[in-house]
Amino acid sequence: MWTLTQMKESPAGTGPEQDAVDTSVFGADIVEKARQIIARYPVPRSALLPMLHLVQSVQGHVSQSGIAFCAAQLDLTAAEVSAVATFYTMYKRKPCGEHLVSVCTNTLCAMLGGDAIYARLREHLGSDGKPLGHEETSGEPGTTGSITLEHAECLAACDLGPVLQVNYEFYDNQTPESALELVESLQAGQKPAPTRGAPLTGFREVSLQLAGFFDGREADLDGPSAAAETVRGAALAAERGWTAPAMPDHVDLPAAPDKK
Amino acid sequence: MTTEGQVDDLTPVLTKRWLSPQSWTLRTYEQLEGYTALRKALAANPDQLIQLCKDSGLRGRGGAGFPTGMKWGFIPQGDGKPHYLVINADEGEPGTCKDIPLMMADPHSLVEGIIITAYAIRSNFAAIYVRGEALHCIRRLHAAVREAYDAGYLGKNILGSGFDLDVVVHAGAGAYICGEETALLDSLEGKRGQPRLKPPFPATAGLYASPTVVNNVETIASVPYIVNGGSDWFRAMGREKSPGPKIYSLSGHVERPGQYEAPMGTTLRQLLELAGGMKDGIPLKFWTPGGSSTPLFTAEHLDVPLDFEGAAQAGSMLGTTALQIFNETVSVPWAVMKWTEFYKHESCGKCTPCREGTYWLVQILQRMVAGNGTPEDIDTLLDVCDNILGRSFCALGDGAVSPITSGIQYFKHEFLALCESNAAQAKAPALAGAH
Repeated sequence: MWTLTQMKESPAGTGPEQDAVDTSVFGADIVEKARQIIARYPVPRSALLPMLHLVQSVQGHVSQSGIAFCAAQLDLTAAEVSAVATFYTMYKRKPCGEHLVSVCTNTLCAMLGGDAIYARLREHLGSDGKPLGHEETSGEPGTTGSITLEHAECLAACDLGPVLQVNYEFYDNQTPESALELVESLQAGQKPAPTRGAPLTGFREVSLQLAGFFDGREADLDGPSAAAETVRGAALAAERGWTAPAMPDHVDLPAAPDKK
Repeated sequence: MTTEGQVDDLTPVLTKRWLSPQSWTLRTYEQLEGYTALRKALAANPDQLIQLCKDSGLRGRGGAGFPTGMKWGFIPQGDGKPHYLVINADEGEPGTCKDIPLMMADPHSLVEGIIITAYAIRSNFAAIYVRGEALHCIRRLHAAVREAYDAGYLGKNILGSGFDLDVVVHAGAGAYICGEETALLDSLEGKRGQPRLKPPFPATAGLYASPTVVNNVETIASVPYIVNGGSDWFRAMGREKSPGPKIYSLSGHVERPGQYEAPMGTTLRQLLELAGGMKDGIPLKFWTPGGSSTPLFTAEHLDVPLDFEGAAQAGSMLGTTALQIFNETVSVPWAVMKWTEFYKHESCGKCTPCREGTYWLVQILQRMVAGNGTPEDIDTLLDVCDNILGRSFCALGDGAVSPITSGIQYFKHEFLALCESNAAQAKAPALAGAH
């Protein structure tokens, strides 16, 4: 707890309130990555969102140390960084499981079974007869088979609903039974392939990718992306020989308007 | 095949490469006319491209339908300030699922569109703000941008034209509000994603307070085709004020949900025919023409031309052409409650009508769906909606009231029916002997 006196005594961003937080968990490699993120933008502060993904990749959540680290890199106060970290749902304030399971319970998915899927997983992952709550973790955070569960808003895969994501990879057209089987496999340390996305890794690994680091992961690109639903229109058009009108062989661009 | 003056039911343009193997690679893209429009564009005067975009009648595909060429034309030229291009790839409007498949299947079409647009508005830095949850899409975009740099399509002196452009792929972090363009800009600046008061508009004070164009993915991905095909070709599809092809996303109680690219102005009746009709033949009850923020339509609206004018004239909006289809088994008050929970969760908290209004709307709807409502609750809902619509900072507030007001407009009896059991209880004689 910070007292008002302590805050007043501490110049923004550099004072004892930040020294008090140990950021040693972020080694030289992370400092270097933070520097690379900053270099992507015309203005350093734009690096904050990716940098929060970066610190999350180290600790599995955005801790006070993570906040202090970002603040120091960007010359912001811890309060400024906290204000941002608490605004966005993808930054987790408590340590997460090896996997993050997100079930879409927005209207359309909910109607097709999303609510039932979420209820089944809550029940399965709960303990002492109490269902697991939103953003709560089953198992010791970070250990193999531990799972953080959340209900998510529309995941932009409505033609494939009900959908869920594990570490932001898509598992489409789910049922309570298939979702339960998936979660049981995750708990047993297995990594069933997503319907669309790259082979499953862990929440921390994908957080690093969200920070924009993909080194050595080139094979991920070939992970499937198009379901039958995705290409339904394109396939139907091909089958029936439907096309857009043919383009002319050459068409000139219009003249530039006269400057007024 | 197209005969003179007639256009096929489906017109794959943006989706035409989606069936190709490894459609996301530069190699595939270049084999299928990729980056030919860029060469043509770079040989032209940037003002010619702005004029072309105006002539084509292209309108924003992110929901609002603002004329794209006019938006580009608003960027002041010769002002000495840096200009920016920001792609809104924060797809999250409930029901909307067109941009993410596009970016996964054909990311280079977006990259090529970005380069042409940046050249037209004289911008040397562009950002693609992608929803964080769309990880696979982010991978493909990163790879496409890297390939484009390696091939000389990005970076310094692109194809010897003297034009420089850097593109960054920026992952969001889970906030629906960041789909609102000024909230997106704040978020891209490393802040909480909260909308700004307009004016000033982004065209004069956008990213880093400099002139900025913010365009949707589908809009910018259309640009290379317009450059190659010309405005007459583009206008051969769709309707006069809403030309071109459009990706319609069908979801819910339909036999074959999916992405269908058809000329603007196609009707739900036509689309349902292509998609095999209603699932299991159970009749249609209600649907959204363009996401949950667009007022609901019913079976009466099957023949409404789905373009900007057609949807508006019928009392809704085209939005993102996210057609969420609900059959007779679905309770309207329940669906409306679920959407309202979403808006309450995603309200950024900046302005009072939206923050407080959505909070109370959820309370009332939950009470009604639980069977504890009264007919007066309907009046209260409409009153709260009236205090949100047009009185919020941004369109999230307006969107939040759309399902409620349209739901009550078409299905008031369902809301009243929820109150009946409660009313019967209230009428029961009071117990005697209470004190």
